[in-house]
Amino acid sequence: MRIYPAKPVKVYFYATCLVDLFDPQAGLDAITLLEQQGIEVIFIEKQTCCGQPAYSSGYDQEAKIIAQSQMDLFTENWPVIVLSGSCGGMMHYHYRRLFKDDQNQTQVDDFCERVFELTEFLVNVCRIKLKDQGENTSVVMHTSCAARREMNVHVTSTQLLSQLDNVKIREQDYESECCGFGGTFAVRHSDISQAMVEDKTRHLSETKASNFVSADWGCLLNINGSLEYQGNPMRGRHLASFLLERTGGK
Amino acid sequence: MSQANNGVQIEDLAPEHFHDQAKAALADPQLRQNFRGAMDYLTDKRKIAFSDPTEEKRIRDLSAAIRQRSLSKLPDLLEQLETNCTNNGIQVHWAETTEQANSIIAGIAGQHNAKNIIKGKSMVSEEIELNHEMEKLGIECLESDMGEYIVQLDGDKPSHIIMPAIHKNKQEVSDTFEKHLDDFTPTVDVDELIKTGRTRLRKKFHDADIGLSGVNFAVAETGTLCLVENEGNGRMCTTVPNVHIAITGIEKVVEFLSDVPPLYSALTRSATGQAITTYFNMISSPRRAGELDGPEEVHLVLLDNGRTQAFADEEMRQTLQCIRCGACMNHCPVYTRIGGHAYGTTYPGPIGQIISPHMMGLDNTKDLVTASSLCGACGEVCPVNIPIPEMLQRLRQEAKNSPKNNRPAIKGQAAAASRIELLAMKGFAFAASHPSLYHLGSWSATKMRSLMPSKIGPWTQCRTAPKPAGKTLHQLIKARKQGQKS
Ligand code: SF4
Repeated sequence: MRIYPAKPVKVYFYATCLVDLFDPQAGLDAITLLEQQGIEVIFIEKQTCCGQPAYSSGYDQEAKIIAQSQMDLFTENWPVIVLSGSCGGMMHYHYRRLFKDDQNQTQVDDFCERVFELTEFLVNVCRIKLKDQGENTSVVMHTSCAARREMNVHVTSTQLLSQLDNVKIREQDYESECCGFGGTFAVRHSDISQAMVEDKTRHLSETKASNFVSADWGCLLNINGSLEYQGNPMRGRHLASFLLERTGGK
Repeated sequence: MSQANNGVQIEDLAPEHFHDQAKAALADPQLRQNFRGAMDYLTDKRKIAFSDPTEEKRIRDLSAAIRQRSLSKLPDLLEQLETNCTNNGIQVHWAETTEQANSIIAGIAGQHNAKNIIKGKSMVSEEIELNHEMEKLGIECLESDMGEYIVQLDGDKPSHIIMPAIHKNKQEVSDTFEKHLDDFTPTVDVDELIKTGRTRLRKKFHDADIGLSGVNFAVAETGTLCLVENEGNGRMCTTVPNVHIAITGIEKVVEFLSDVPPLYSALTRSATGQAITTYFNMISSPRRAGELDGPEEVHLVLLDNGRTQAFADEEMRQTLQCIRCGACMNHCPVYTRIGGHAYGTTYPGPIGQIISPHMMGLDNTKDLVTASSLCGACGEVCPVNIPIPEMLQRLRQEAKNSPKNNRPAIKGQAAAASRIELLAMKGFAFAASHPSLYHLGSWSATKMRSLMPSKIGPWTQCRTAPKPAGKTLHQLIKARKQGQKS
């Protein structure tokens, strides 16, 4: 179990490369949510990507170069809020492994300790209270595997959604099962990945939920791409955008 | 088995053909349905067996600690095991390779002029392809575990380490019996099917010259071999024939007799959701003077076959903690969809992906180590806490690079090294660590979004191409700041 600090005055914001490029609005929405908590949000312009693609493909040296360049940007002792569970897992958990037995190990550990995924931060540090202002609706959520197993944040995402009085949470079959993305896995083993994502989209659709959200853009890229390919109108959004919309933030 | 219908013959199953084998399995709806159903059943059973998370954690931590302690003393414990077994009258043999293991067994068979071996369940005997090798010498091996028996009738291979015939449904088992057994009336009644197998096997136990079994735990302290089973065939194999040969990997040794109960509990709950199995056998010697039954000779064959390579590296040593419960494959979304044969290795699924490279080399298994989305379901359920995704990641690294920090090379090291991919990764690392370059890249992507190709390799085989937003977050935030200022 992680011990959480008191609510800070300032946080760093880590958007992730996928949000930066494919869903910048989710980034803005998350920033607004944090600001509504009275927190000043610092966005370091030089941030790029956490290096996960290199790491999971077996290129540790290259992943280390990227990891070091990112850690160097967040010099103050403020929390680093990451907008995706798997990138959060990379920076909170795998950076430690990557720099194991390195001379700056302690420095890396300090950084990793400061990394929080957005929903765990909102729930466990901000102790956020959401006030639902929307009409009755339903939602199905997909939690990324890394978010679930490395960061344990499937719990916090659900906690946020269940604070919304007018939103009914629908559970999909095989909820904890992977959507088949896995970075380069989707390309290297495209046939297996296809079987996985097609099952995932079916299970999501079968809930007939009006909204589909996830706190991880890697999964959304995969699942939305498959939904669109199938001509299925369902589309996933980042949880941050959904939360902000429900609470009347925009 | 149905893969044969898709053009992949059983004989050809090999990890090098992983892509084709997986493709064939994916295209077989019956096979996929069989696996999904069976895995759902097993995962549900495990969930019930571990319904108390605190207890689950306690059992797993304890089991992991026992396995780690045993492995930390492995060389000493193996010597102790040998001494105590020998004192008990069990003859101990060491095999570095699968060939050596087979020749040891052939040697024992030769001494007794044996023509028939009856087998209990043993994945190590699959690993050394015992049946095949003995057949060449005119010795018949008969599987007596029901699943193995079905698989053997078909000339097939196990598709799961504890449920070898799980790829078949009742109807398919009936078909197999109808094809290979005389006087069999087709039925989908499971009890009837099992009875058929049992009746046919009965006499065989009696007639066999040698009984062969695996080992679940080998206790160094007492020289005891423990065998976990549900059908009673293991007990028959190890008591009825005059000679019993047990074969196991060197990692199966534990230090104390008291180490066994927690591991046994972790094993059965994880595997089939059982609190205990129907039979638990402890073999500590051949028949002693005055005893009415039991074999006159007991042999133990200890096989290395790449295990010392895993042992030599402290991180990868964790692989050897495995107690072969199968939970990792039951929970693996890849295994569930392609089944065990697709891997082309004795041990399929997550554990197979991390142990097979040590047995067969990374050159043969490089596709296996990437065949995971690293979702972590395997590590989440492993009763001895093996961090399987980390092991996979490490093996991917070894498959791409030459050995680092004077670490010993692993078999097939760097077999997946690719200059082009390395260059691409170096380029990616350079861009991601040079913000201006990264920004130029993402900015151009937004500018050229309408020009993005609609087909991008295997990605668009089942998905549309992702479309960048009109502006990056970096751009939007800049604009937002300017807006706030003005
Ligand atoms: S790796 Fe763990 S889960 Fe898989 S078979 Fe071994 S002990 Fe069981």
